[in-house]
Amino acid sequence: MVADRSPVVTLDGVAKIFPGKAAPALDDLSATIEPGQFVAVIGKSGAGKTTLLRCLSRAMFVTRGVIRFDQTDLAGLRGAALRAHRTRVGMIYQQFNLVRRLPVVDNVLIGRLGRLSGWARWAALARHFDHEQRGIAFRCLDHVGMLDRVWQRTDTLSGGEQQRVAIAKILAQEPTVVLADEPVASLDLSNGRLVMQTLRRVASAVGITVIATLHHVELARSYADRIFGLKAGRLVFDGTPSQLTDAALFEIFGEFVTEPGRPEGERLGELARS
Amino acid sequence: MSSGFASIHAGPVPAVPPRASVTGRTMLATVALAVVFGLAARVVELRPLELVRDVGNVGVFLKGYLHPSFGNIGEYAWQCVVTLCIALWGTVLALLVSVPLGLLGARNLSPHPVVYFAARRVMDVLRAVNEFVFALMFVTAVGLGPFAGMLALGIHTGGILGKLLSETIEAVDPGQVEGVAAVGAGRLQVIAFGVAPQVLPNFLSYVLLRFESDIRSASVIGMVGGGGIGFYLWDTIRSFKDGEAATVILLIVVLVMCIDVVSARVRRAAI
Repeated sequence: MVADRSPVVTLDGVAKIFPGKAAPALDDLSATIEPGQFVAVIGKSGAGKTTLLRCLSRAMFVTRGVIRFDQTDLAGLRGAALRAHRTRVGMIYQQFNLVRRLPVVDNVLIGRLGRLSGWARWAALARHFDHEQRGIAFRCLDHVGMLDRVWQRTDTLSGGEQQRVAIAKILAQEPTVVLADEPVASLDLSNGRLVMQTLRRVASAVGITVIATLHHVELARSYADRIFGLKAGRLVFDGTPSQLTDAALFEIFGEFVTEPGRPEGERLGELARS
Repeated sequence: MSSGFASIHAGPVPAVPPRASVTGRTMLATVALAVVFGLAARVVELRPLELVRDVGNVGVFLKGYLHPSFGNIGEYAWQCVVTLCIALWGTVLALLVSVPLGLLGARNLSPHPVVYFAARRVMDVLRAVNEFVFALMFVTAVGLGPFAGMLALGIHTGGILGKLLSETIEAVDPGQVEGVAAVGAGRLQVIAFGVAPQVLPNFLSYVLLRFESDIRSASVIGMVGGGGIGFYLWDTIRSFKDGEAATVILLIVVLVMCIDVVSARVRRAAI
């Protein structure tokens, strides 16, 4: 299924300057991302991680440069074309962004909304989905191990469980790229690992590209194929986890973050508190 | 127990940053409020002493009401049912009016600022014009009777519910809406899945509240020809049939009480 190796995402000289700010939030970023890659974006707070993701999701426009998804320039997307683009890009949020009062199954079915046409599209407005759509939702929930919660109200689930439902929603949506903005930052260590494992497994199984911002270097090392290091809006590191040496980390963070001998949980705990 | 805290609690107090003084503004506001309320008292001819002195006259007036006459109670009871029906359908009409206006008049959902502004102003007019004025207007179109009353109530309440709905929509959690929009959902889909689940409990509560108040309005709207018990309320009081008027008032009180009990139950069951 990996016959086509042409890049799925292309960043070409991307810059983002917020009005009234002298320093650019993103500064001359260029990179290509191949289908199926799992890219972790690391960097300090304010380094531009979230801005990059928001530009990729077309929640904001870039100031200079071009972002292409499958050769399509994001800047030109409007209306129906923009909605079609959003269907092809799955979003995972730090705060999950599931509709809290709806049952779990409905949140997964929301992932299908962009895939419906004709009568099914109208029926969905009354929250009616046919047998086939429901079957897809059940299988997606089963795939992330959440089928036993299918009828429960979403806000009764824990954070880790909600994030796994969000992954099931992505599976239902069938995107080519997933953008995950701090997917585990509001979870504890074990839940964070479980979510990352699920995301990694799902991405490999269906061959989707994942771009995830991560606060935590160790998670990036364990789950990503490729790591982007951002510092003050510039791409200062682009390589595999094994290339991410202490010197590279010092370049990204301006300090040593991997202190040998300290258990990982302790450090993640610190990050969660910070 | 002693030394650790003592070293913090005792010793010199550090220099504290000055707090902005608010006494001047507080006094000014107090004086301004006193002036406003004082002038307002003159305008409403507030004379508490007269009330105390002549309160006995009220007793004379009420004496006639102590002996309700139940001769026409069948007709009055039926008019209470008519009143209830006016309020029921008035609320349905209010929903039909308020849902589109509320959606278009919510800043975060409105397709265009001009549409937002227009929807807001329409709701303002519907709220500003009293239901009695609407009733007089509709009487000229559909004639005297409950239909005119129902139209008047529905239109006026539609403006109120529309405003409440739009403000509830503006207070929704944008993250949950974004989570729906992010899958490429269309505008109606975003409303059905991202907005509706968040606003429905509050909106239902507002609808029930307005239904209760529509019952009270419907019980007097008959005075201007809008049908229901209001006609008899007006007629019996105006012609000094104190016993009859007492019966009508009694029935209205019972009706309002019943609706309060029922709607409290509905609210508890539904929310």
